[in-house]
Amino acid sequence: MVNVSSLSNAAPMDTSSATPVSRAFKVPARATDGEKADTLIEIENFDFYYGAKQALFDINLKLDDKRVTAFIGPSGCGKSTLLRCLNRMNDLIDGTSVKRGSVKIRNIDINTRDVDPIELRKRVGMVFQKSNPFPKSIYENVIYGLRIQGETNKAKLDEVVEKSLRGAALWDEVKDRLHESGLGLSGGQQQRLCIARTIAVSPEIILMDEPCSALDPIATAKVEELIHELKKEFTIIIVTHSMQQAARCSDKTAFFYMGKLIEYADTRMIFMNPSNPQTEAYVSGRFG
Amino acid sequence: MKRFFDSELEIFRSHLMLMGETAIRQVRDALKALVDGDVALADRVIAADDELDNLEMSIDDEAIRYMNLRAPVATELRLVIVGMKASHDLERVGDECTTIAKRAVRLAAEPPLKPYVDIPRMANIAIEMLRDALDCFLHGDTDKALAVVRRDAEVDLINKQLYRELSSFMIENPATTTRALELMFISKSLERIADHACNIAEEMVFLAQATDIRHREELKKG
Repeated sequence: MVNVSSLSNAAPMDTSSATPVSRAFKVPARATDGEKADTLIEIENFDFYYGAKQALFDINLKLDDKRVTAFIGPSGCGKSTLLRCLNRMNDLIDGTSVKRGSVKIRNIDINTRDVDPIELRKRVGMVFQKSNPFPKSIYENVIYGLRIQGETNKAKLDEVVEKSLRGAALWDEVKDRLHESGLGLSGGQQQRLCIARTIAVSPEIILMDEPCSALDPIATAKVEELIHELKKEFTIIIVTHSMQQAARCSDKTAFFYMGKLIEYADTRMIFMNPSNPQTEAYVSGRFG
Repeated sequence: MKRFFDSELEIFRSHLMLMGETAIRQVRDALKALVDGDVALADRVIAADDELDNLEMSIDDEAIRYMNLRAPVATELRLVIVGMKASHDLERVGDECTTIAKRAVRLAAEPPLKPYVDIPRMANIAIEMLRDALDCFLHGDTDKALAVVRRDAEVDLINKQLYRELSSFMIENPATTTRALELMFISKSLERIADHACNIAEEMVFLAQATDIRHREELKKG
């Protein structure tokens, strides 16, 4: 083996260890292999405030239909804030305001007065960091949304429970104890129960705010597998602190820093050749 | 922000540069051994091939370890992949130098067939190509990398000319066959060294821009 001490005569090194890149010559890219998706959500010139403090600055972003988009960035960068703007969850916090710009879902501005936030949240479901099953049976947890909507047809409810639990990859594990408490499930099962509850009301979009941060690797793998399945029917936007999770699960990735969108591109590009040095530094674990 | 394992990448990059410098030295020494009929130098070239073999194994080991434990992405991921591929090319350069050195030993025992003009010219171009390809590694200069790729045709042309010339030697005087064949194989080795320099240059474009330019003839014509 080579003696490392003999390396002192080697050529000078770039101690940042990232190779300097000349952009003088740009090789024309080959045609991309990805299928083009329709835009479902369009965010334009969006400024958002918590009281007097601006949390999001001039965000412009188009999110694809039936795709998984990951929001990444260090704590406080605004990724969760933006996620919560997509179903107006921030309305529940005092002093929040949209000062400029719009969020459109299928060309409808969701921040106008004619949009009912309750109706909006039926279309845009949310899964949180900490699983939050209600202190009810597994069955009742799943159909909670439908009950509120007034659905009483037992056959219909049974069908939705099975379909949603299958959709959340939980059916086989709980089918014999549907009337036991949801709180008796493991952490990973509880999170999948929350996903079942979310998809039971047939939303179009599912927002996930660090859905695996409290789960062990096996439960995480199951949720990631589920995300892959769910994107056939739903548009998914996931906030994650795990770079590898963003790389594994998402089709596109948006990197935020200090309330600004720094880079948005195919996930493959973000993790292979990000165009912004801040993105590169973040995904390589150099800051954040 | 500096990370506690950044030094591993620095060592990796140093090993690759050291391997490049060693390969260039081997080409230069193999050529000198041939031109000067210096058997001792040829023997040193043959013995020094182990250095390149060991460096290739070190680089592979470091790259696998880094990918396994550090989960590199973006530039770092490209660096370890390109490092492994380039080190393989450099190891093959070393093998070609060993071949040239062995033939130089045999040719040293015979009177020269012709003055050495084209072979040193080829060797010098190949050395420049290797040096420029390694320069791209240090500075990410993709213009230079593309120039290396385009220069390969120059070496191919000299190789073909030499082939024709040496063939005519053999036809005119069969007694020259052994020496002419040795020179033909040396010429072929130099042509292969230039090919490896091209590979390295292509790999450096991938490192700098994440774009694969292999087998893209339109880029090679300029």
